[in-house]
Amino acid sequence: MAVTTLKIDGKEVSANEDETILDVAFQAGIKIPTLCHIEGLTDIGACRMCIVEVAGSNKLQPACTTKVKDGMEITTQTARLKKYRKMVLEMLFSERNHVCAVCVSNGNCDLQTLAVEHDLTHVRMPYLYPKTEIDASHEWFALDQNRCVLCQRCVRVCDEIEGAHVWDVSGRGVQSRVITGLNEPWADSDTCTSCGKCVQVCPTGALSNKGKATGEMTKHREFLPYLAQRRHDHK
Amino acid sequence: MLLEELTAIAEKTRSERKEISVRCCMSSGCISSQAEEIKKALEMAVTEKNLGEKVEIRQVGCMGLCGKGPIVSVESEGLIYSDVTPENAASIIDALAGGKAVASQADPTHPFFTRQMLVVRSNGGRIDPDKIEDYIEAGGYSALYRVIHEYAPDQVINEVMKSGLRGRGGAGFPSGLKWSTVAKAKGDRKYIVCNGDEGDPGAFMDRSILEGDPHVVIEGMAIAGYAVGASLGYIYVRAEYPLAISRLQLAIKHAKRIGLLGDGIFDSTFNFNVEIRIGAGAFVCGEETALIASIEGRRGQPRPRPPFPAESGLWGRPTLINNVESLANIVPIINKGGEWYASLGTEKSKGTKVFALTGKIRNNGLIEVPMGITIRQIVEDLGGGTPDGKKIKAVQTGGPSGGCIPVELFDTPVDYESLMKVGSIMGSGGMVVMDEDTNMVDVAKFYMEFCVEESCGKCIPCRVGTVQMLNLLKMILERKATIRDLEALEELCEMVQNTSLCGLGQTAPNPVVSTLKYFRNEYLELLQPLPGEIIA
Repeated sequence: MAVTTLKIDGKEVSANEDETILDVAFQAGIKIPTLCHIEGLTDIGACRMCIVEVAGSNKLQPACTTKVKDGMEITTQTARLKKYRKMVLEMLFSERNHVCAVCVSNGNCDLQTLAVEHDLTHVRMPYLYPKTEIDASHEWFALDQNRCVLCQRCVRVCDEIEGAHVWDVSGRGVQSRVITGLNEPWADSDTCTSCGKCVQVCPTGALSNKGKATGEMTKHREFLPYLAQRRHDHK
Repeated sequence: MLLEELTAIAEKTRSERKEISVRCCMSSGCISSQAEEIKKALEMAVTEKNLGEKVEIRQVGCMGLCGKGPIVSVESEGLIYSDVTPENAASIIDALAGGKAVASQADPTHPFFTRQMLVVRSNGGRIDPDKIEDYIEAGGYSALYRVIHEYAPDQVINEVMKSGLRGRGGAGFPSGLKWSTVAKAKGDRKYIVCNGDEGDPGAFMDRSILEGDPHVVIEGMAIAGYAVGASLGYIYVRAEYPLAISRLQLAIKHAKRIGLLGDGIFDSTFNFNVEIRIGAGAFVCGEETALIASIEGRRGQPRPRPPFPAESGLWGRPTLINNVESLANIVPIINKGGEWYASLGTEKSKGTKVFALTGKIRNNGLIEVPMGITIRQIVEDLGGGTPDGKKIKAVQTGGPSGGCIPVELFDTPVDYESLMKVGSIMGSGGMVVMDEDTNMVDVAKFYMEFCVEESCGKCIPCRVGTVQMLNLLKMILERKATIRDLEALEELCEMVQNTSLCGLGQTAPNPVVSTLKYFRNEYLELLQPLPGEIIA
């Protein structure tokens, strides 16, 4: 694998050609905000938080799926990028009910953290608040669609790591919903192993352990890079 | 199959032709206005008049003048009948025996017919799409023979390069370059994909090609397969085109039966097969990466590019994805040469383009015109203006990814760059004419509703942004918005264009942006004053 050098925010860095901009930036200590990305799962470039500017291209590229190239000059923080990222967050807060004060993940939420980091003090767009369901049929876990940001982490971890593929997305556009099995109650899914990985990778309070009160749900993700590596070695 | 056999089929078909061919359009549009009954009535009239020796009734594909269908033509007499009914159909046969036809006639010398240049659609309306013999008689599959026996794969690619053909799906990527990228890409196998997921509102070019001349697409795919080294092709057709699907199925079956698809085509080592995949109603599956996911049996969602399908496409293999019309151009290019094709059109946009001319226009239908023709010529000469004499206001091209071109810019030539410069795009060929009664904010709302409905939901800017933009457009139309809302709309447009994952999202704001550019006043007229603002 060829080794290349490139510049991120003016800093010279070296990289392997199969690495993504996000990988390389992380190694260089440059922080690019992410939401749908999680270490250990295939990246899908869905949330657009990690978009960066690449010199010579007028298109913004997601850092998580864009491979580095020799001589690339990448900028991760510009006024334009910051504005767009903030608008992405605004859109998410306007899309469903994300009232932190009554959420089990209050204080331990990736969306909330991003909102604070991006100084999102209020939402200018009208709230859409669609009527969404709660599925608490599983013995240990609960799904609250109101908090879901459709990052598809649950879909990916179940498919790629657990190998069960219980989760998927149904519907489209703003009507999209994560579903279990063939859009049946979680408890009726024949394939769910109740491993709980989906709950741990969920960035918000959409998936939680039952019995948690406001702010009590903390997530543990240390297992993921380890298991992902083991899966990778196995292949 | 050998060349002699191919020629024999052509000659046999020609010798069986009767003196007068009465062609009855049997494409979706005309069938929906009783073309099947008309064909029966024509056949009965032939029997009654004892003209069976001299006259034959043939089903053919689209003849173009869809708005005045059903269409029946008698080419040997130079007659085109429009708005035919089962009741007056028999009189068309009477006319052949000295009687008088009561069915209304279209003027074959009208610019609608004479200004067209038929390359892709040269067989459309002339051959029976269900008969491979008809296609062979028209010279079909001889290009494939020549390619296999006389061309090296890179010579084929060179011919396509020379032709200057650009992707007819809308983006206009040079086809030859795409072909050579796939040919050079490394992979244990490669695929050809024909994108027939035509979905722009008001567009039906690809449908008419698939319904009227399915073999030209299949032959084009086989030539592409030979050129890039693929032995399997998929045609992805939307489920809303049942007739196109059944005609394709039949065409593939016929081609397989006589050895024009399958193993060892024309006694060579080249193998090629074609399979059909049917869409499930998602517009976004016309986006190439979503289309690939759909063929693979996954949810039809786009993924970020690169890698481009030419490098890593279907099942991770190098894949050549071309639109129906692009592939339908291949046979004429091989037959007449890349240089001939490059002599048509403009400097950067070669050849012809098929448009579906719809909306407030007298001659609704399909037209194939050389690139570089102006919008005014299309709308006024071929289209014949509005049906009720009202003033034309704008033309929308490119569907939900395109924009509106106001009447002041109607002298813009139709080519990829010029349309882009005026804020629209070539698109796949939908051309919707709007008259003075059309409210442009309403037009923008219509397209935004379409995008809300068709957004896959994967990326946030498109999923939520389109809904927020639609809500603002509704507010403006309901006269509840202020200048601040218009500013918010413009900010959203810019953000969604720049941050969405795929082409659908990136272009979803275009109808708003272009109507704001040319018809800003119509927006401003609907706005409410800000609190405390004094209106002069």
